[in-house]
Amino acid sequence: MSAPVVSIESAAPPLEWPAARRAEVDDALSHYPLRRSAVLPILWIAQREWGWISPAALRLVARTLELPEPEVFGIATFYTMFNLKPIGRHHLQVCMTLSCSLMGADRLFSHLESKLGIGHGETTPDGRFTLRRVECLAACGGGPCLQAGLEYHEHLDEAKVDALLEKLK
Amino acid sequence: MSRGPLLFKDIDTPGLAALETYRAGGGYETLAEALGKRSPDECIEIVKASGLRGRGGAGFPTGLKWSFVPKQTTKPKYLVCNADESEPGTFKDRELMEKNPHLLIEGIILSAWAIQANTGYIYLRGEFDYIQRILDRAIADARTAGLIGANVLGTAFRFERYTHLGAGAYICGEETALLSSLEGYRGQPRLKPPFPAVEGLYACPTVVNNTETLMNVPHILKHGAAWYRQWGTEKSAGTKILSVSGRVKRPGNYEVPLGLPLSTLLDEHCGGMRDGLAIKAVIPGGSSVPPLPASMLSTGLDYESMNAAGTFLGSGGVIVIDDQTCLVDALWNITRFYEHESCGKCTPCREGTYWMSEVLERLEHGHGRESDIGLLEDVADNILGKSFCALGDAAAMPVQGFIQHFRAEFEYHVAHRRCMVNRRSAEIESRWGEAVRA
Repeated sequence: MSAPVVSIESAAPPLEWPAARRAEVDDALSHYPLRRSAVLPILWIAQREWGWISPAALRLVARTLELPEPEVFGIATFYTMFNLKPIGRHHLQVCMTLSCSLMGADRLFSHLESKLGIGHGETTPDGRFTLRRVECLAACGGGPCLQAGLEYHEHLDEAKVDALLEKLK
Repeated sequence: MSRGPLLFKDIDTPGLAALETYRAGGGYETLAEALGKRSPDECIEIVKASGLRGRGGAGFPTGLKWSFVPKQTTKPKYLVCNADESEPGTFKDRELMEKNPHLLIEGIILSAWAIQANTGYIYLRGEFDYIQRILDRAIADARTAGLIGANVLGTAFRFERYTHLGAGAYICGEETALLSSLEGYRGQPRLKPPFPAVEGLYACPTVVNNTETLMNVPHILKHGAAWYRQWGTEKSAGTKILSVSGRVKRPGNYEVPLGLPLSTLLDEHCGGMRDGLAIKAVIPGGSSVPPLPASMLSTGLDYESMNAAGTFLGSGGVIVIDDQTCLVDALWNITRFYEHESCGKCTPCREGTYWMSEVLERLEHGHGRESDIGLLEDVADNILGKSFCALGDAAAMPVQGFIQHFRAEFEYHVAHRRCMVNRRSAEIESRWGEAVRA
C-alpha cells in the first residue's frame, strides 16, 4: 500500500503577521499607488520575521498582496537574497567577483570551507552557519569581503575571519 | 584633509549624516532659494548649462534628460534615484549615502522640483539594508523639519519620497528593469522607446538618475553652471568619484576633476601598486568596459578620452589588475558574473554569456582548443547590440577588449595548457593575508 499523499505545504498551518509586522506591512503598502509594488518590502518583512520564505510565508505574502501564489513565487525566485530554504543563524556570503578575487577571495572561501567543514550552499549541522559564494557586494575597495546576514565585513584576513566566526554564536 | 573638491569636500565631517550638522554647513539653503525664486525651467536650464552628465555609467546629459519630461500632462510624475550600485568595481554611492544622506535628499527634492514630480523613490540594492536605515532616519528628520510633505518649506510644492530595497539582482541597476522591479514585477528590462521620461513608473513620466548625479545638483544650483565648469573638460564638466580596487597601496573612493590622467589617480592618489607588483591592465569604468593595457595609462578620466581609447568611463569603477594575475582567469571571473546576472529574457545574452563562460573555463583549465579564441570573439559579436538592455553588451565588451589587448596571453593558454603567470604560486596563495598590512 502506498503512503498517503500529504504535501508538506498543505500540512503547514497558515501563518499570520504578528502585530508589529502587520504595522510594517501596512506602512509598506502605503508607499505605492499599486498594491503589488510592495512585494519586495513585504517579502523582506517575512524573511526578517521567520528567517526564510517558507511555503506558508509565501502564501501569506500572496494573500496580503492579493496576488496569485505562483506570481509571488516567480518574483521571489528572481532575486538571489530571498531564502526559499531554511538557513543557518549566520549567513556568510563571500564575494567572489573580480576585485575581491584579485585580493584573495578564493583563499578566504577555502579557509571558511575547511574551518566550518561545509561547502557552498551548505549549513553546519548545528545550524549555526550557512556558507555561500555571492557576486559583487559593492565593497570592492575593501576586498576580500563578506556579508554576515546583512552586515559588511571588509579587508578580511585569516585573523579577522577567525575572530568573526568566534563572535557569531 | 579634504578628499575632493565637491562631493567629498566635507564628506568626513563628524556627524554629517545628522540634519543639524548638514544645515550648519549651509545644507538645504539651495532648496529654500530655489523653491522661492527659481522656476522649474530655470533649474533645468542651469543644470543643462553646467554640462552635468549621468554618473551611473551612460553619461547622458542630466538637464537634457529632465527636459524630455512632458510639461502638459495630467499624469503624476516620478523621480527615481538609482542607488542600486551593482556594477562590479563600483562602491561610491554607498559611501556618499552612508556619510551624507541629506545631500542626496536635497538633490532629490531639487530635481523633483525641476521636473515637477511629487513622489520620489530611492531604489537601493538589497545588500544596502543599513543604508536604508540611515536614509529612512534622514527622511524622517527632513519631514519633521518641513522639508518633505504636503508643503515643502511652507510652499505649495508637495513632495513625498520613499526608500525601496531590492533583493539581489544586478539587472535592477538598468533603469527599465529597476522600474519593473519597483512596480512589483520580476526585474526584467523593457524595450525603449517609450523612454521612462515619457512612460516610466506606472506608465507615467519618470526620471531615473544615479545617486552621485543627484548629489551634484544642489552644488550646481547654489553656485551656478560656470562655477561647476571650473572642473573637468569642455564636454565632461565637473568632478567624478572613482572607486579604485585591486592591489594598489590605497584602494578606495577618490573624487577628481574629470580629465585627470588615469596614471595620476593611480600613482598620486592611490600611492601606486603594492611592492613587487606592476600594472598589467586597468578596467576604468566597472567590469563591463574593455580594459586598458599598461601602455595607455596616460588616458584622461573623462568620457571623450576614454571613448577615444576604445573604452568607457562608465560608473568609474577602476579595477587595477596586477602582473601576477592571469587575464584568462580574470576574464572568466567577469564572464561568470554576467552569466549569473543575465535575466534570461533575451536569447543572445542568456545563451551567449553561458557559452563564453564555458569556453573560458576550459581555456583556464588547460583544455582550450585553437579555435576557442575565435569562438569567443564570434559569440561576443553575436551578443553585442542584440539584446533589450545593456547587460549583453556589458558581457561582450570585456571579452572583445581582453582579447584585443592581450591575445598573446590567450594563445599561450591554448599552446601551453597553463597560465602565462603562475597564479598558484605560494606568494599568490598567501595574498589575502596582505590585507593586514594594507
